[in-house]
Amino acid sequence: MRKLPWVSILIIGGMVFAAIFAPYLTPHSPIEQTLPDKLLPPFWEATGSTKYILGTDIFGRDVLTRLLYGARVSLIVTALSLLVGGGVGLTIGIASGYIGGRLDSLLMRLVDAAFTFPAILFALLLAVTMGQGLDTLVVAIGLLLWAGFARIIRGEVLALKQRDFVALAKVHGCSELRIMVTHILPNVMNTFMVLVTLNVGAVIVAEASLSFLGAGIPPPTPSWGLMVAEGRGKISSAWWLSLLPGIAITMVVLTFNLFGDWLRDRLDPKLRQL
Amino acid sequence: MTEALTEPQTGPQAEPLLRVENLRKYYPFTRGIVFVTKVGDVKAVDDVSFTIAAGETLGLVGESGCGKTTTSKLVLNLEQPTGGRVLLQGKPIHGLKGEARREYRALVQAVFQDPWASLNPRMRVGKIIAEALVVTKWGSRSEIDHRVVELLVQVGLRPEHALQYPHEFSGGQRQRIALASALASKPKLIVLDEPVSALDVSIRAQMMNLLKDIQESENVAYLLVAHDLATVRHMTHQVAVMYMGQIVETAPTEKLFEEVRHPYTKALLSAVLPDHPDHRGEEIVLSGEVPSPMDMPPGCRFHTRCPFALPECVTHEPALREITPSHQVACHLYSDP
Amino acid sequence: MNGNIALEVRDLHTHFFLRRGVVKAVDGVSFTLHRGEVLGLVGESGCGKSVTALSLMRLLPNEAARTVQGQILLEGEDLLTKSKRQMRQIRGRKISMILQDPQTSLNPVFTIGNQLSEVIDTKGAGRGKSVMQQAIEVLRKVKLSAPEQRVHQYPHELSGGMKQRVVGAIAMHRGPGVLITDEPTTALDVTIQLQYLNLLKELQQDTDMAILFITHDFGVVARMCDRVAVMYAGRIVETGPVRDVFNNPSHPYTQALIASVPKMQRSAARLHTIEGQPPVLSDLPAGCRFEARCPYAEARCRAAYPDSFTVGAGHAASCWRLEPA
Repeated sequence: MRKLPWVSILIIGGMVFAAIFAPYLTPHSPIEQTLPDKLLPPFWEATGSTKYILGTDIFGRDVLTRLLYGARVSLIVTALSLLVGGGVGLTIGIASGYIGGRLDSLLMRLVDAAFTFPAILFALLLAVTMGQGLDTLVVAIGLLLWAGFARIIRGEVLALKQRDFVALAKVHGCSELRIMVTHILPNVMNTFMVLVTLNVGAVIVAEASLSFLGAGIPPPTPSWGLMVAEGRGKISSAWWLSLLPGIAITMVVLTFNLFGDWLRDRLDPKLRQL
Repeated sequence: MTEALTEPQTGPQAEPLLRVENLRKYYPFTRGIVFVTKVGDVKAVDDVSFTIAAGETLGLVGESGCGKTTTSKLVLNLEQPTGGRVLLQGKPIHGLKGEARREYRALVQAVFQDPWASLNPRMRVGKIIAEALVVTKWGSRSEIDHRVVELLVQVGLRPEHALQYPHEFSGGQRQRIALASALASKPKLIVLDEPVSALDVSIRAQMMNLLKDIQESENVAYLLVAHDLATVRHMTHQVAVMYMGQIVETAPTEKLFEEVRHPYTKALLSAVLPDHPDHRGEEIVLSGEVPSPMDMPPGCRFHTRCPFALPECVTHEPALREITPSHQVACHLYSDP
Repeated sequence: MNGNIALEVRDLHTHFFLRRGVVKAVDGVSFTLHRGEVLGLVGESGCGKSVTALSLMRLLPNEAARTVQGQILLEGEDLLTKSKRQMRQIRGRKISMILQDPQTSLNPVFTIGNQLSEVIDTKGAGRGKSVMQQAIEVLRKVKLSAPEQRVHQYPHELSGGMKQRVVGAIAMHRGPGVLITDEPTTALDVTIQLQYLNLLKELQQDTDMAILFITHDFGVVARMCDRVAVMYAGRIVETGPVRDVFNNPSHPYTQALIASVPKMQRSAARLHTIEGQPPVLSDLPAGCRFEARCPYAEARCRAAYPDSFTVGAGHAASCWRLEPA
């Protein structure tokens, strides 16, 4: 058994802490502009100042402050879209696998269709029609996620429903709905939790990509993807604007994936091929 | 009590607890991927009839693929028959709705072979045992809790075990839990599908004794599906031997083992391993294996392996007929009275 | 050095080093297997009989399992001192094994002929014949029907009994002096089991091979074995010629085990049972390991593990009650 991934746990803990206590961790505002202090580099550079540890952007906003508040946006979006997308996938996976027959064929064709869909394009379309905002972002990312969840959960359910305890539940007189809720659902929760952690990274990247493309959280609310996008034009003169949020994204995604790997090995060795 | 079992309290004309009439279960098998065509049927259960009296045990014996497990699934209404009927207390069990279905579910329960697969690993033992009571709204919560404790004690476990999860128990204890959950709704019939074969030798005896004790105290009937003749002899009142979907010999247990008639039953009997190195009876070693059910031999299904096959065995299928009172055999060797 | 001994195991200890403690799966097992003899190793699941077999083959499943003490003398040479490369030469040629599940013993993506070609010698005795010709001969030896077709078939096209014959053919082809069979018929139907046991016995008598027959079933022992060793919680508690052990079981565990099996000859209303569970192998008592379940337990059983006492010719059991007064 692998040891607890302490580094991952510390980084994730740090991120959650930053997201919750962002207002108390920094004296600056993430939105208010201080134009005289614009484009200051991080403090270790010659022209940098310890007032803005990681420098400022083109509007003179503190980059560190925006990163901390950005963590908040990332976490909220991640949690909500995993809840929506994962929840839909879980429900469809259980229904499809357990009930089977025509419903299964129909739902699985839907899943196939979802996989062929250019998700980013669809999200852009959604942003145009529904308008930018948290709800659009959550729906868009949820649409990207559900099919993967549904397919894997369904596979799990197909194996589970052959188990004797399901047959015995029928003998005991349980209704189909009751079997799905009390016998199938608790037995796929391990797999579900593993899928959730393994997808956190993908969701953070998706959120950043959509924000980068302008289909995410509207400015001036800080989001890591948006920060990368805003700094893109000044990458030669002010490298810190894009690079620092980029590093933050990489680190968090890597961390969650490591944690997910550990959780998978721990809870559900069957899924090792994922 | 033992006398009561050999002498039915009700008259011989009375309806038995379970009556299985000409039961058939065919699974179509198909060929092709794009153009699927039905090529034939796998006759898993083919014209099987038997009865079980209240408080008695019928042993359904045979090798894997003989249809004994499919028969038990039909009795449990987990499969729909292709033909024939299963009657519980005179009423057909398939196609029941609502209250009648609930009533049937309370009366017929099951214990399966693998105690590791038959308990939901995410449920506490108390909840597993109570399930049949909860879904049939058997009583209030405290009444159900009380009944769970009573059942745990009855199967030789302790009341505090109700709060534990299945993985905390050994195979033998798990099989006791499975039995407790089958007993919860006070059934009249329990289907036992190889209930001891997954258990260790020293645990098997405990389980068999427990099953017999419970039959005596609850007057419950068992349909015992098994492959081990020694277990069957020890546990049952009546035996039906199955081969390729059909019953080939059936008789009261003592009678059957006194004078085994069908060559297949003889082969099964001689395949029972001796309980002493010096005990070696007549040995009939069958040649070959059970034919593929997709390619059923004509005539008697056993003729391909039978050491006593006659010419007519290849052409005519023998019917199951009574050769001595209550002893039925499907074999041409006994066609002349 | 007795030339009649095929395999001698002396004080074998195989332990699993887990985080929750040391599991002493095999804890001081000694026995001798003579040439041309079938020795039954009987016990319930978790008694260490399968781990004993894997230790003999030096095929322990993972890092945590290690043989920490003892000697495994095959033709007088200690297998525990051999290198991995030497062991590869020994396995299959001098000592071989048949496992319980024929399903997992054969590789599903190769034909039967292909799997047999691994053990077929194309240089020495078999020179001049094609691999397939030889494979067919090998299958004929285990009486597999239609061997000409079988060599081209895949494992899934064969029944369990046929597959187990192929496994047997692979294990026995190179004429090992010692064959270990671990519950080879448990996955088979009863009539097929009888065929397979007869086949094993026949091949064993033809080749004068010694078989260590691992089983939980006293019926198999009565049918197959010349001698029997009964194992409980990592140790052999009784050993002797089959007839003597059946006629005069001397260890209370052996007595209870034989009594708890339903008999074909006579039916009893109730079966004899052994109450309780075997001890946990990571927390073994100092005294007799059967003491907690034994109807005859006394103070000295708790105090020290009983010595092995002779009760007849080649028949011994580890129980204080057998100590000569």
